[in-house]
Parts: sequence; structure tokens; C-alpha cells
Amino acid sequence: MGTRAPCQMDRRALIGGGFALAIGTYPAKAEDIESITFDGLYKSFGVLGFEFADRVRALKSKRVKMTGFMAPPLKAESSFFVLTRQPLAICPFCQSDAEWPVDIVVVFLKAATPAISEGRRVSVTGVLEIGSTIDKETGFVSQIRIVEADVQRF
Amino acid sequence: MPRFNTSSAFPLRKAALVTLILTGWLGGAQAQTIYPIDRADILEGSKFDFKVEFPDAPKPDAVKVTINGASVESVLGKAGTFIESEEGQKHSALWAREVSLAPGRYVVEAVQGDAKKTVVWNVFPASGPRKAKNVILFIGDGMSIAHRTAARILSKGWREGKYDSELAIDDMPNMALISTSGNDTIVTDSANSASAYTTGHKSCVNALGVYCAKNALSLDHPKVETIGELVKRKTKMALGVVTNTEIEDATPASMVAHTRRRSDFNEIVKMFLEVKPDVMMGGGSPNFLPKTTPGSKRSDDLDAIAKFREAGYTIATTKTEMNAAAAAGASKLLGLYNTGNIDGAFDLRLAKKGSVSKFPDQPDVTEQTRAALKILSANPDGFFLMVESGRIDKYSHSLDWERAVFDTIMLDNAVKVAKDFAADRNDTLIIVVPDHTHAVSLIGTYDDNRPGQLLRDKLGVYDKSLPPNYGPLDADGFPTDVNTSRRLAVVFGTYPDTCDTGKPFMDGERVPSVAGADPKTFVANEKDCTAPGAARKAGNLPFEANTGVHSADDGLLTAMGPNAEKFRGRKDNTFVFRVMAEALSLGGK
Ligand SMILES: [Zn+2]
Repeated sequence: MGTRAPCQMDRRALIGGGFALAIGTYPAKAEDIESITFDGLYKSFGVLGFEFADRVRALKSKRVKMTGFMAPPLKAESSFFVLTRQPLAICPFCQSDAEWPVDIVVVFLKAATPAISEGRRVSVTGVLEIGSTIDKETGFVSQIRIVEADVQRF
Repeated sequence: MPRFNTSSAFPLRKAALVTLILTGWLGGAQAQTIYPIDRADILEGSKFDFKVEFPDAPKPDAVKVTINGASVESVLGKAGTFIESEEGQKHSALWAREVSLAPGRYVVEAVQGDAKKTVVWNVFPASGPRKAKNVILFIGDGMSIAHRTAARILSKGWREGKYDSELAIDDMPNMALISTSGNDTIVTDSANSASAYTTGHKSCVNALGVYCAKNALSLDHPKVETIGELVKRKTKMALGVVTNTEIEDATPASMVAHTRRRSDFNEIVKMFLEVKPDVMMGGGSPNFLPKTTPGSKRSDDLDAIAKFREAGYTIATTKTEMNAAAAAGASKLLGLYNTGNIDGAFDLRLAKKGSVSKFPDQPDVTEQTRAALKILSANPDGFFLMVESGRIDKYSHSLDWERAVFDTIMLDNAVKVAKDFAADRNDTLIIVVPDHTHAVSLIGTYDDNRPGQLLRDKLGVYDKSLPPNYGPLDADGFPTDVNTSRRLAVVFGTYPDTCDTGKPFMDGERVPSVAGADPKTFVANEKDCTAPGAARKAGNLPFEANTGVHSADDGLLTAMGPNAEKFRGRKDNTFVFRVMAEALSLGGK
């Protein structure tokens, strides 16, 4: 199990890339922002994979709003954070970066912001992306993302 | 204290320092480094990578390595490869990979200019007559004495100072204290400590089946053979790996893995595919799915589920499917029952929190053990089975002792299943051991009926530590109610800022601290602080710690069956490997 040393090491390994994150170029639409929830993300959820709900799939490339908890970020200022259903009190990096919950949403912010909201409930607005992507800098695998996002305390 | 005491102590300390420098101990960063390390106990015929690192990137003719005064090639059968300035770093390296040795004492010398480094290896024999047909290694991750005592009180009943019956893990003829340090630090982690059991070599925090050399990439470090690989390479025995954590997590991974970094889950799945244990069960399915499958955590297209299926494995994703596979006579089973860790006994039985609603048909460790034994025992050549109750540790990190103790009872039930299997045969070595401990103690009982408002008012110690009034036991020996008026007081010696409630966490695993305003600091979880009588504690750990930490306290091993009599007194964790290897005669051809 987890110890502090691995936590720090893994964090450093991830931060090493420097987080040069490409921000998508989606047309900003102010109208009709649909809300999605963790409970409504999936049609089926099983050990051997899951399916996104039809409604979520239909919202692909559209602006959405979602609330969740901001996982402790990888560094103080970042344009990348992980939105989770529950607060991640037990630092996942203590065990390994591989131990994130499966039902996470990765958020790419419009601009790097100080992580004032870590551990707290936040509301995220941005463009929904679906499909497996590996972040080039960090190797972080994500299946669903909100990009060009703004974040507010809930 | 009088001043002269200080000054008289000083020359002594200085003398000690000089001695240390002369023996090269303080010059560790500059000296040659030899792997395997000094005082390594190596199984005869087991494979290991021999590596010597020389500081200051010398050329090959500037160094000399001998083993028992002879050339490397004459002893290891390979001259080895010299790499000047390895990986562009400021050292040169000599490598001889996948070598092995006959029993004996080996003195390895690495000379570089005036500097000479010497290590001694003890290669032990294990090729006598095979003593055990089967070995079952139970690992209670983080299981400490208080977990055990509390499990006994909760599960077996306490009356007038005696227990009504024995835990299966206690009722064994042989016992030893096990020291768990790694070669780098006093306090270890589950990768390094499990690796000591499965390879016989101590290593460093985070490492599995490797020594921690200077290599940059986690998979490039000098390897040592695991017992999973040995069993598959040298015998026709069946091999089983069972856990309630993710199957890629440190303890199960130690059966097959070679990596400096335990979080290489995707690589570890590949290592499972290479060794192919006949039975593999746990959580952690996302690393088995190709990246195109929603829910995958892989970064490549490997479909490990399909690969195992092609290799003849039955795939089970629920308890029902697991039992059906065992009943149908499956000889190979891959059981993945959760995307993360399998829920612990407390949530499976009582609280129904965690991911129980998402995965309603998960087996517990006891049920997994029963299924694994049914499948593995069909092999006429015997089997090696590792079973881990892995969340004793995880729940102890979160200071949630009830959950940790329920998983200790679950482990005990699994050991009972194994003992029943072994009962009428004298051919099965059973070992029960933690991989490390936690700072946890049972100090009395909290009684809601004691006067006062504060938690410490409710604490009964010494003559006030009356037995708890937990609800009646279910058929498997778990109390059906622990949220009663008189409860055990189990305390942890390490904690972040936190609030103790003295009550079980029925709404889900305890969250002892949450992120603070300053980055990488943690503060008490105010949700607990508002509970009636809650006690606020200032943390005693470094500020970036958000959970309890491991301790270096020795762990208690109990054992029975062939070769178990070797366990007595205090032993290093690496000795467990030796006893198992001897029992199975793994040093033979
Ligand atoms: Zn741990």
C-alpha cells in the first residue's frame, strides 16, 4: 500500500512533462448549456467496460455544465485537473496514478488557474469531448473530457 | 545535564564517524554498487541479473570484478557486458543477465583504482526431497497485532478474560516475528515487502522483483526471479494469485512482476500474461481493456481479456460466474470483479457502501479462496497459491479500524477454508503473514453510557474497559451490528489533522482529512468534527500526509504443514521465500 514516498515520486513523474496542454478550438456558444451528471454519464457500467449514455453521446462537442469534486491537482498552477464523483481524500498517487476511479472526467481549463478549489465541489462549464485520448505529456488516459472549460466553486 | 557529559561524548561520536568513513559506509554515493547486494540469500538455480555500477564513468580497463577471486565468466558462465557511461549517466555498468549459481558462499569484489567494494552472497540449497505438495501463502496486508486481537474479540467472543474459540490464523503450531524493512529504509511499502516474500531479496520502496539501480526507466533495473516464475519454469504445479485489491496492485503483482515502479499497471498486466498463473482473481479490470474500450486505463490496444481467453481461461466478472467456473471444472480462471478494489467485508455485509451498488455480486476473499482451491487442487503436481486480504492496509491508512478488522476476520475465514482443505493430508504448507504493520492499538472501550460529553469521557480504560456489546454474529463470524453503545477503542498512532468520532463509519469508508488551503497540506475532515463528542487532533505526521502510514514494527507469522517448523524466533521477511522454496524443492532441476 501506499506510502508518502511513492506519492511524491509519482507526482513528480507526472509533473515532469510540464503540462503543455493543447486547448481545443471549439466555437464558443453561449446558448443552451446542458447539464450532465456523474449518475447520468453511463448507459451501462461493467467490469469489462462501459457505455456512455445516449444523451451524453449526443452532447459530444457541445457546451455542457457539470459538477463534481476537484481532485488534488498535480501542481499548484495547472490547466488540467480531474473531476470526480466523490472527494478524493485518499490521494490516489499515494498508491499509484493508475488507481484513479474509472468514472472520472478530465477538465482542460481555458487558462492555468491556481488550484484554489482542490478537494471542493466545483461547477465546470466547457465543451464535451468523448473518446479515448492519451495526453502526450503525461500519458494520462481519459475517455471523457471537458475542454475550454471555466471552473467555479459550487 | 552537566556540560562535561556532552564534551566527553563528542570524541566518541567522532571516532565512530571515522570508522564509518574507513569502512566506506558514508561513501556509499561514490562507491561501486553491486547487485545482488551484500548478505543476499539467493536460491540455488534461481535467475538473477548481476550488475555492478562504477562511479565517474570509467573505461572497462579501469575496473576489475571477481567472484571468489575468479573471473565473472568462470563463475557465472557469462563474461557480462560493460557499458561505459550507462544511459549517458555518470557511471559505467557491468551487466550479466539471467545468471544463476550453485549453493555456496560467494565473495564478489569490484575494484576501481584504489577503491574496492566487496559483497558476500549466500546461495542456499533447496534441491532435497520435496516436502510439500502445495503451498498457500496468505498475506494480510498491513495486518498488525491489534487487528488480530480485535478480530478475535469481534468474531470469537470474550468472556471472563478468555476467548470462546480460536481464530484459524492463531491456531497454528509455528510462529515467528517477521521484520519487514527494505534495503533502503526502515519502513517499507507493500511492493518491496511482498517482493521479499516472492523473490527472497530485499529491495527498495515501490520496487517489485528488481533491485533499485541507477537506471532511468522502471523496467530496466536488475531483476530477480519470482516464485511465480520459478513454479512455472521448474515445476508442473498450478499457480494461483488471489486478492481483493486490484490484481495489478503491489502484493499480487509481486508474484510475476519486475519493475522499479509499482504503479506500472499496464506493464504488470503484460507480466501476468507472460507468467500466466492458472488462477488470477481480484479487481482492477480497466488495465485489461484495450484503450478503445470505454472504461480502459490502457494506453495501447492490448486486449488482455481476449489474450487470456485465447489461452484457455474462463473469464468471470461476478461471484456467480466464479462459482460456476469452479463447479464446471475450469482449469484456468481470470476473475475480475471490480474496476477498482473489491469492496471489503464491512461494506459487503453491513454498510453496503463503497461500490457495492455498482457491483452487487462480488465474491469476498473467503469465497475466492474456496473457488481457487477447487480449481488448483485438481492439478496432480500440486499448486502454489497466494491469497491477499489487501484492504486491511488500505482501511488502516484511512484510520477506519472496523473495516480493517472485518477484513481480518475475512482473512481468517479464508485460512479456515485452507486448513480444512489441508486437514486430512500432510502435504500442504500454510503461511499467514502481514507484509508490514500499522501503528494501531486496542486500548479499551467507548461506552456511550459513561458520564460526560467528550469522546475521552466515554473512553473506558483499565478497570473501565468493559467488553463491547456488539450485535450477534452471522454464520461467518461477523458481528451483525457494530454501531452499538459500547464499542472497542482502537487507536492509530499516526494521523494527519483529523477528528475521531469513536464510532463506525456506516456511511462509507472514513475520510480522515481533506485538502487544505495551502497546496499539499491536509486538514481535518470537518464532516467528522461535527459528530457529537468528536475529538479534534492535530496531526503528528509530515504536513503532506493525508492518511496514516506504515510502521516498522515486526509482523506476526503463523504457519503449519511441511517445513513450517523453520518458523521460530525473529526472521527477516526474505526467509519466508526460503522456507517455501525449500518445501517445494525449487532449487532442484
Ligand atoms: Zn499501505
